Amino acid sequence: MTPFTTLTGRAVVLAADDVDTDQIIPARFLKGTAKTGLATHLFADWRTQPGFPLLTGGDANGAQILVTGVNFGCGSSREHAPWALVDYGFRAIVARSFADIFKENATKNGLLPVALPGAVCSQIERAINANPATQLRIDLPSQRVTLPDGTAFGFEIDAFSKHCLTSGLDELGYILSFADRITTHERR
Amino acid sequence: MKRTLFDKIWDAHVVAEEPGRPAVLYVDLHLVHEVTSPQAFAGLGQRGLPVRRPDRTVATMDHSIPTTALVVVDDAARTQLRTLAANCAKHSITLHDLKSEQQGIVHVIGPELGVTQPGMTIVCGDSHTSTHGAFGALAFGIGTSEVEHVLASQCLLQRKPKTLEVRFEGTLSAGASAKDLVLAMIAELGVGGATGHVIEYTGPAIRALDMEGRMTVCNMSIEAGARAGMIAPDETTFAYLAGRPHVPQGAEWAKAVATWCELRSDDGAQFDRTLVIDASQIEPMITFGTNPGMGIPISARVPSPDDVDPAHRAGLAKALRYMGLPPGEPLLGRPIDVVFIGSCTNARLTDMRAAASVMRGHKVAAGVRVLVVPGSKAVKRQAEAEGLDQVFRDAGAEWRDPGCSMCIAMNGDAIEPGQYAVSTSNRNFEGRQGRGGRTFLASPLTAAAAAITGRITDVRTLLGGAQ
Repeated sequence: MTPFTTLTGRAVVLAADDVDTDQIIPARFLKGTAKTGLATHLFADWRTQPGFPLLTGGDANGAQILVTGVNFGCGSSREHAPWALVDYGFRAIVARSFADIFKENATKNGLLPVALPGAVCSQIERAINANPATQLRIDLPSQRVTLPDGTAFGFEIDAFSKHCLTSGLDELGYILSFADRITTHERR
Repeated sequence: MKRTLFDKIWDAHVVAEEPGRPAVLYVDLHLVHEVTSPQAFAGLGQRGLPVRRPDRTVATMDHSIPTTALVVVDDAARTQLRTLAANCAKHSITLHDLKSEQQGIVHVIGPELGVTQPGMTIVCGDSHTSTHGAFGALAFGIGTSEVEHVLASQCLLQRKPKTLEVRFEGTLSAGASAKDLVLAMIAELGVGGATGHVIEYTGPAIRALDMEGRMTVCNMSIEAGARAGMIAPDETTFAYLAGRPHVPQGAEWAKAVATWCELRSDDGAQFDRTLVIDASQIEPMITFGTNPGMGIPISARVPSPDDVDPAHRAGLAKALRYMGLPPGEPLLGRPIDVVFIGSCTNARLTDMRAAASVMRGHKVAAGVRVLVVPGSKAVKRQAEAEGLDQVFRDAGAEWRDPGCSMCIAMNGDAIEPGQYAVSTSNRNFEGRQGRGGRTFLASPLTAAAAAITGRITDVRTLLGGAQ
């Protein structure tokens, strides 16, 4: 996993609530055995629709940040959703809120979930819509998202998730450091 | 301190918890299927780690398998199935492959085999793992990275979720079922309304449900965004489990039941939230939109974007465009193309019986395709022993082999673009049952009614005619 500290990059707006993981990557693309190569399937059934921000063959002009609505990533637990987003080039998702399993899966793949209030997301979206070349700066250590004009918004993130993302911590290694206590639990 | 059912199970499984860090939570049972496990096994291989507890791991093939005698849908699915078989062989994990007499949908066979038991922590790389909470277990879906963690350590890192009590008062009326209870709840909470929470279902309408109905309710907890759903075990639970292959036997059984009887929320235990729903007011429910929260009583009209909170207007309009439904009109009487009776939500024996009770002596409406897909080989055997398969076949429905089938449309069972399906499954997301397909979620009774009329139908008009 690539550690996440700060990111300055273009953002693309996906103006929808409750975007489910069946849209992020439809189930017919879940038959592989690898985590890579899924970018072509990202939003496969939406990318063919006129006006969709991630058009087939395009690369959202190198956008690394997706800005979207409430409850992003609801539905299936498929980790293929963050794998596809990361494979496409996204490093952070700014949303009004996230579904639980998606948020966990994203964090484990170096994809930063940034939850911000609706009014703040709307302000960010207005800036991007006014100028698609807008560069957002996301600073994880200081937990801030900054617009080019210097307007900054703080965001909350669980301290352990932040630690894992910034350090690239191996969660399994951390769990296995409790091997003796796991054995003790099993003997109870 | 007074504790909830959730608290009791959580507390009993915390192996370690450092300040400011999530708990290391022990997992009693890890269920595995072909779709979300290959990358996890590969990760183990890269680290040179064994599976810590193959005896606490059970695998099945369900998502991408054919439900007829035909071949696997494509090479990718075939490779994935072979990969699961090879991984299970390598790590000495019990696998219910297509040859196994116990094979079926992972959330159907766990309870059937008695590997699902009260008080357990149960995980699977599948969001509908919440199903197993019907037995008073803490059961939830995880991603593939976490599947790898559990394979290697039998543990997970977990932040303690909040608790939500959903209490169903009263008694369900004729024609309304467990599916209608949970669809009504999701319509009230919204598709993200229970995010961050574990739901405990309580109240007389829950107590009155059989285990199959309780599994249907817990199964769809995730559709309100909940981490898990659970129901305290009682005599109904113990009667279901008694004598199953993997439950304690003899004197050990009585001891286990005595322990399980403690698995209930203490009187006066505090939940973070409580929602009370009057079950007696619940009609048969149906969804009209593109997430499971977009549900209405079957006699109601599709809402209009003009009549809803502005925050939901665009989403509703988009959903109705996809569904091709005019706002403000009733759903009753709308023609449909496909009926799917199956999935981890509604493919158990009582679901088969419910559907057969409506279809017995009738023919499937002209032009309608009806798939009946039992949840497991055991369900299939029992249904056939009761002659239910013949009811379906005589009606003109397809009686299939067990699997996830048209719920997720990975195996070739799919609806066509633009078609309408009434489905007993759990998700009506765009394209979920086939690219461009449009899904109405409903109960087995309502699905069976649509099968014989070819239209969205209030099953109560077919039940003895009294209503």
